[in-house]
Amino acid sequence: MRRFLRPGHDPARERLKRDLFQFNKTVEHGFPHQPSALGYSPSLRILAIGTRSGAIKLYGAPGVEFMGLHRENNAAVQIHFLPGQCRLVTLLDDNSLHLWSLKVKGGVSELQEDESFTLRGPPGAAPSATQITVVLPHSSCQLLYLGTESGSVFVVQLPAFRALEDRTISSEAVLQRLPEEVRHRRAFEMVEALQEHPRDPNQILIGYSRGLVVIWDLQGSCVLCHFLSSQQLENVCWQRDGHLIVSCHSDGGYCQWPVSSDTLQPEPPRSCVPYGPFPCKAITKIFWLTTKQGLPFTIFQGGMPRASYGDRHCISVVHNGQQTAFDFTSRVIDFTVLTEANPEAAFDDPYALVVLAEEELVVIDLQTAGWPPVQPPYLASLHCSAITCSHHVSNIPLKLWERIIAAGSRQNTHFSTMEWPINGGTSLAPAPPQRDLLLTGHEDGTVRFWDASGVCLRLLYKLSTVRVFLTDTDPNDSLNAQGEDEWPPLRKVGSFDPYSDDPRLGIQKIFLCKYSGYLAVAGTAGQVLVLELNDEEAEHAVEQVEADLLQDQEGYRWKGHERLCARPGPVHFEPGFQPFVLVQCQPPAVVTSLALHSEWRLVAFGTSHGFGLFDHQQRRQVFVKCTLHPNDQLALEGPLSRVKSLKKSLRQSFRRIRRSRVSSRKRRPAGPPGEVQEGRSRAERTGLQNVELAPVQRKIEARSAEDSFTGFVRTLYFADTYLRDSFRHCPSLWAGTNGGTVYAFALRVPPAERRMDEPVRAEQAKEIQLMHRAPVVGILVLDGHSVPLPEPLEVAHDLSKSPDMQGSHQLLVVSEEQFKVFALPGVSARLKLKLTALEGSRVRRVGAAHFGSCRAERYREHHLAVLTNLGDIQVVSLPLLKPQVRYSCIRREDVSGIASCVFTKHGQGFYLISPSEFERFSLSTKWLVEPRCLVDSAETKNHSRLCDRPGPEKASGRARWVKGQVAFAPAPAHPTLPGVPPGGWPESPSPVNSAHPPSSASLPPFVCPTLPCKLVRRPHSSRDQGFPERGA
Amino acid sequence: MNRSHRHGAGSGCLGTMEFGAEFRRFSLERSKPGKFEEFYGLLQHVHKIPNVDVLVGYADIHGDLLPINNDDNYHKAVSTANPLLRIFIQKKEEADYSAFGTDTLIKKKNVLTNVLRPDNHRKKPHIVISMPQDFRPVSSIIDVDILPETHRRVRLYKYGTEKPLGFYIRDGSSVRVTPHGLEKVPGIFISRLVPGGLAQSTGLLAVNDEVLEVNGIEVSGKSLDQVTDMMIANSRNLIITVRPANQRNNVIRNSRTSGSSGQSTDNSLPGYPQQIEPSFEPEDEDSDEDDIIIEDNGVPQQIPKAVHNTESLESLTQIELSFESGQNGFIPSSEVSLAPLASGTNTEFETRAPDQKLLEEDGTIITL
Repeated sequence: MRRFLRPGHDPARERLKRDLFQFNKTVEHGFPHQPSALGYSPSLRILAIGTRSGAIKLYGAPGVEFMGLHRENNAAVQIHFLPGQCRLVTLLDDNSLHLWSLKVKGGVSELQEDESFTLRGPPGAAPSATQITVVLPHSSCQLLYLGTESGSVFVVQLPAFRALEDRTISSEAVLQRLPEEVRHRRAFEMVEALQEHPRDPNQILIGYSRGLVVIWDLQGSCVLCHFLSSQQLENVCWQRDGHLIVSCHSDGGYCQWPVSSDTLQPEPPRSCVPYGPFPCKAITKIFWLTTKQGLPFTIFQGGMPRASYGDRHCISVVHNGQQTAFDFTSRVIDFTVLTEANPEAAFDDPYALVVLAEEELVVIDLQTAGWPPVQPPYLASLHCSAITCSHHVSNIPLKLWERIIAAGSRQNTHFSTMEWPINGGTSLAPAPPQRDLLLTGHEDGTVRFWDASGVCLRLLYKLSTVRVFLTDTDPNDSLNAQGEDEWPPLRKVGSFDPYSDDPRLGIQKIFLCKYSGYLAVAGTAGQVLVLELNDEEAEHAVEQVEADLLQDQEGYRWKGHERLCARPGPVHFEPGFQPFVLVQCQPPAVVTSLALHSEWRLVAFGTSHGFGLFDHQQRRQVFVKCTLHPNDQLALEGPLSRVKSLKKSLRQSFRRIRRSRVSSRKRRPAGPPGEVQEGRSRAERTGLQNVELAPVQRKIEARSAEDSFTGFVRTLYFADTYLRDSFRHCPSLWAGTNGGTVYAFALRVPPAERRMDEPVRAEQAKEIQLMHRAPVVGILVLDGHSVPLPEPLEVAHDLSKSPDMQGSHQLLVVSEEQFKVFALPGVSARLKLKLTALEGSRVRRVGAAHFGSCRAERYREHHLAVLTNLGDIQVVSLPLLKPQVRYSCIRREDVSGIASCVFTKHGQGFYLISPSEFERFSLSTKWLVEPRCLVDSAETKNHSRLCDRPGPEKASGRARWVKGQVAFAPAPAHPTLPGVPPGGWPESPSPVNSAHPPSSASLPPFVCPTLPCKLVRRPHSSRDQGFPERGA
Repeated sequence: MNRSHRHGAGSGCLGTMEFGAEFRRFSLERSKPGKFEEFYGLLQHVHKIPNVDVLVGYADIHGDLLPINNDDNYHKAVSTANPLLRIFIQKKEEADYSAFGTDTLIKKKNVLTNVLRPDNHRKKPHIVISMPQDFRPVSSIIDVDILPETHRRVRLYKYGTEKPLGFYIRDGSSVRVTPHGLEKVPGIFISRLVPGGLAQSTGLLAVNDEVLEVNGIEVSGKSLDQVTDMMIANSRNLIITVRPANQRNNVIRNSRTSGSSGQSTDNSLPGYPQQIEPSFEPEDEDSDEDDIIIEDNGVPQQIPKAVHNTESLESLTQIELSFESGQNGFIPSSEVSLAPLASGTNTEFETRAPDQKLLEEDGTIITL
């Protein structure tokens, strides 16, 4: 950067640069990679997901998102919100506890870590003695109960994480208080479950893995009840009224234990193995939820017949005679059920099931018959099928936007109409200034259209190109087709489907014209499809044309995959983008570049063998050009053939683990012990060390024309410019190759009235061989004002100034090593910027973008946004090629991240940080899409206020501490009206704060000194209620 | 001549006699070029100058003017005919020996060099020790005057040779003296020399030499891959500053008494920016970076740089490639025009790509 500061630099320019450029990583779109924990706050209606890399992400209403990263590089194994508060506790796999809170700063909430803590046992204790297995935040929000492997339950005071050693509930203490006949059994082993009594905060339930469950009276330190099961305990659910305990066990069964304080229950009255009688897998978690209608919901994870369905990841819902085993395509990490949030409500009335699977989040509507899934507005699994390419289109016209949404809504009929139930917090971000589309191409031959305008990346529409081709499996065959009386009643849910029928279907290049609705899509087997947006469904044949890119070259043999077979005859297409032309490149190598000019109705495509131009109006090939170097054998064999046969690749593609596509060490290396991942990352690490031991050396050799893949067409570009002379401009096609050659073809496109009559003609006008022979990654023509030429039809739609056709045009050729500006039509070199020779970095991605100033409303400049192989992002000025700013963005080792980067026209960009997540970044001060949201917690407000001025009048409905005897406050008359307790509050609540327990004479006997009073939550009965404000 | 090329029986040879602007064009059998004496006689015969002593030179494929004065270089010259061989003949008494050598035909005089090195202005009398330089420089040690004695700055002339650069680099660690004492720092080292490669043949680079700079840019802090990319990007004009592993062969300078002996030995390096900051200004372009552009009329040309007012466009090098016939929908261009040529030097040459059809068929005289 020294050279930017050399004497003579312009301070005014430096100031302007500060107004124009600013680097921010703003938001992560998609589904967190390797999730490991789920948490939910019913009062905040906020969902939390922890990952193996130690990140925690919070999601509420669309646009409400928070991200936090633990300093430790450890997987988050549990997340617990403190009841009713904007605070949460995470447990990492290194046995450390972390307290996070959402604090309001400058009007927006921020997630920050407040404290961390590692439980220490008595000196000399085994490490397992303090290995935490269960965390129970007590409803007082003052205490955490920590169940451990040793069987002891430790108590820690919040927020300072002060261990209260005298209150530890050791397994010995529990043992002593048990009747004789239970006591003789072996030690209880680890604590599997800890639950607070739903109504009485002085009772907690402790479940030990050997099958003993006790209800412990915190105040009296005695066992109120105990239940003994013959099976290993997995988890426990306490019915809302506290009268029933449901335990689930490792044999795939669950038991219901009625709770009555007077008699000890020797045997469970009701026990059930839902998928018996053959051996079943364990039920690892169970919910027993009451409804107003009377019949409960039983929702449990696992329990499938071991032999035949033991490998399925299922969650079963049983209610009113209906039973469905939701079958997930990836491992279930955890699940929760959204129920009535008001603790005073008599029934749970579950309304949604939230399942965090390894690769996606699935929410199921439990209120609508048939339990349909709810479409999430965020957390989309970008990698349902692996992403193979992406394309960004800014500023979509409203018309096209609505048509795409309409086409997409017809695809989403199977989703529930339920509003997104996780809707906590308020998004304060301004409405996005424009509509942006991000298109992702996938390995299974689909293209997904995402709304990338705002913080939430939302799927609008999915296009499948598979129908055009004959594949082994008919796309209509789905695994859903199952008989009525199938047992178990499996139902596939979720969209994650990593299996590709045929790797040749993979999408490699996408080009959308936002004005005309023409879309070009190109794939792995040399297929190029031109599609048109049609609002109606249609049935027509797709015209098929072969483009022989080798032409007369002889002696070449393609050893790669065969081309795809097109489906003969008319094909039925649903509303949306419908293909009408299929160009198949021969040899069927991967399409490496694609350009579409919707005004001229031309599509250009390139492979490693050459490029061609196709007139999709007349359905006629204009020309093809072979770019092969005679010595280039590699290009002919095809990249696949040298490694594996197609059959093998198919097989591998089925088995491939997706995450290997992208470096799994997203932020920092991760890996919990005892997992497959651990072995993998350890192997990686040792591999790295080995590499470091062996001397790495690099050959220094000039590039020669004989290098392989010199003919590989890297970039194609249409421009209306001065190609032949400086008097007449004409349409032109520019192609750049891997060997540093640029071909320019002058085109003659007949005028619109004779467009169908006369052929489009092309003629090679120029050929530029860059002497440094580096791959050409970008071609751009600048008009007389040095502004990049507008997109086709942009001027026609009045969305761009027409280009200056008076002054002389300039050609910008960006190779991996240099930027070069040539004057047109003479193609004389004007300027160059050598990047590699000076910095050792190579250009990986380049995009023209305009940058607005954050100060001056209308001021804007056009520049190049550049991503290098080192992961740096630079802005290079146009047309003088002066480096402006440089930021380091992506780790240089993250090859897939760098390869996946796309720039927008407004100085933003996206890249994959994992197979399932895009990071959005911004180089611009003006265009910044980032979450700004507020999660208001009455508690935090009241806390601060009460501390300031403990007065009787403000405590109202929000107060957490009211007189102890008000254990079950009746709900106010209008619970849904926040802050309006029309005399509905039972009594004027006493002034309370956490430090001073209410000194009421009517303190109930069961209140212990440190747990001074009963928590009464503000009646908060309806989940569709807006965010609570403080009461009057 | 053209016919012989077409049939592949042997390549023709176009001799052009430049002697008071006289040109001759004739063909030779490539497979049986004969002896230099016979060729010399043939030239004298063709030009009807039987008793004049001449110097014979030819333009090799890199655009260097190289002498023909014995059987070996005569055979070499014929073998490089591609298929045209351009021969230059000068009277011995008028001969300008300095015309021979690397880059002589395409080198542009760089204004910056002249400004920076004022002693370039006075034309040094050439001391002719033997026949004109039979050898192209492949490497040189430069900037001896400004470098510490423990360092060596080597320029490799990749352009003038077909030899591969032929070396490998690796990561390593070196010991530096810092304010905090001796410190081990990562460094880049030469790990291997390819036998027969340019690097080995110069004898100026050796295994375990530490690479300090590449074309004036320090490599410290850069990764092995970055340095590799920098070297490859600069491979046409690679200048490496090394700390030789063997410090016994260092150039020992006598103290700064003689300004001229302390002067850099490489004056041919234009505007090498080691004293000035590496800069993006277009002035310090190296001339050998010019791209080739082929117009639709089939005339490739080295891309001229836009003329800066301080610089004059001194020479253009003209390469002729044959016209590519229209195929698959191209409109063959009817007008075939030769691009206007800037002249000002007597060192034009032409070659033909081997697999191109010739544009001019039987013209015996080409006037450029």
